[in-house]
Amino acid sequence: MITVDGVSKSYGGFRAVDDVSFTCLPGQVTGFLGPNGAGKSTTMRIMVGLTPPSSGRVTIGGHRYADLPNPGRHVGVLLDASAQHAGRTGREVLMIGAVTMGLPTSRVDEMLELVSLTRAESRRRVRNYSLGMRQRLGIAHALLGDPSILILDEPANGLDPAGIHWMRGLLREYAERGGTVCLSSHLLHEVERIADELILIGQGRIVAQGTKQDLLQTRGAYVKAVEQEVLRDALHREGISAQPSGEGLRSDAEAIQIGKVAAAHQITLIELRPAEGEGLEELFLQLTGDTQREGVPA
Amino acid sequence: MSTTTAEPATLDISGTARIGFLRLLRVEMRKLVDTRASRWLLIMIGVVTAAIIVIFFLVSKTNDRTFNNFTGATGILQSYLLPVLPIMLVTSEWSQRTALTTFTLVPNRGKVVLAKVVVSVLAGIAAVLLAFALAGIGAALGGANDAFHGAGADWFGRFGLLETMGILEGLAFGLLFLNSAAAIVVYLVVPIAFSIVANVWSALRDAAPWIDLGTAQTPLQDPNAHIDGHDWLHLLTATLIWIVLPFTVGLWRVLRAEVK
Repeated sequence: MITVDGVSKSYGGFRAVDDVSFTCLPGQVTGFLGPNGAGKSTTMRIMVGLTPPSSGRVTIGGHRYADLPNPGRHVGVLLDASAQHAGRTGREVLMIGAVTMGLPTSRVDEMLELVSLTRAESRRRVRNYSLGMRQRLGIAHALLGDPSILILDEPANGLDPAGIHWMRGLLREYAERGGTVCLSSHLLHEVERIADELILIGQGRIVAQGTKQDLLQTRGAYVKAVEQEVLRDALHREGISAQPSGEGLRSDAEAIQIGKVAAAHQITLIELRPAEGEGLEELFLQLTGDTQREGVPA
Repeated sequence: MSTTTAEPATLDISGTARIGFLRLLRVEMRKLVDTRASRWLLIMIGVVTAAIIVIFFLVSKTNDRTFNNFTGATGILQSYLLPVLPIMLVTSEWSQRTALTTFTLVPNRGKVVLAKVVVSVLAGIAAVLLAFALAGIGAALGGANDAFHGAGADWFGRFGLLETMGILEGLAFGLLFLNSAAAIVVYLVVPIAFSIVANVWSALRDAAPWIDLGTAQTPLQDPNAHIDGHDWLHLLTATLIWIVLPFTVGLWRVLRAEVK
């Protein structure tokens, strides 16, 4: 479990991370979502002690990261797949990790197999790797020490659709075995499909957090009736406000309340359902509006 | 997502052993040889050392082919090449951004730097031993009278000290600049710049033994020089200025720096 408690980081007068608090629980994939420059990477670097926070603290399973005797055995970290020595072979990158963590060489081969890097590929130098291959190598490196916690910054970056599918399955299974996964992304749809818990960050601040269900479901209902005006008046008399939305009405009340009113007034409903979960996307687009630097999936 | 067996919120680290220093030495030694650039640097140090011995053998008079002359010749070149080794060992972590991984796996950055210091010095000792071995062969075959005159612990110590200081100076500049080009250029250019300025500014020339490492090291390079207390004081102050100071500032920088 990762606990981020009131973490802030300022650069001069600029607050890159502003009083961020959240937890990543075992058995769950926690998606850290926000546009580029929102403070995701800075927060993740603070988690593993590479960046000192201006205030606040992070604990990993109750410990400061720096106090872990052999961090790689507990926490798998991938912050930037491109941050590898271009002149080393992929295998050597993993070997250095394995020697540091005190793991047998066989573990390196297992991980190479897990991420589908062939023997020949693993003997090529990282400078000749595509971003997708570097990402696979980075994931192999993060999993090397058989950690119970994973911290991955934009792990899907550069992977092809098949690769993204593969990674999703891998992390899903990892969480189902009880692992803690914290991953970041600037792509809503990517995170939406893999994360159980979502944390939305924009301009250094958390703007929304909760389970995917919580965030995706906005309160209220959408209703369409044959006698549209009659229904609206009836709802009004019950103190329920409803606004025209498309061909129907949208209300803050729950579907069951609207259904009861309609039944009492013998109104014919054509459609009655919880309001569409477009809140997350709206929120995300709103967030990314100012700071966005690349295409946001619409 | 609720069908999981959640593990306890606290991480049990009681069964995990701390990363030992010897393991870090192994890792840093690997890094010394695991890229083409680093491997070629090692090969070059070996080849150049051998070449100097051969060239010196061919151009010198029979009676000059002494052990101390051979080692002296290799020493000048090694003092240029050896410091590049620790510079690369330190700065590549930043230029290649592997520091991100290194310091994530070993949060104790001081321990990593110390491992780099030890490995660099060990590599330096290996290079010096190679120079001694080749110089021994050259002297044995050279035919000079008393070819091994003065080749004792005193000279070995001086030579070793000289090369070790070069290694540590390289390390210090590497830590200070965290950039290979800057560290190498400053390492090579500073002594030259100093002597140029000292030539026109006599006050500096008088102070040179105290503040210029190259000048302070002159007695170390001369097998026949007698080193007195005064010389040691010169070495001490110059070392403080050119090795201890940049090393301290560089170490402080690395320990505090945000690794991106």
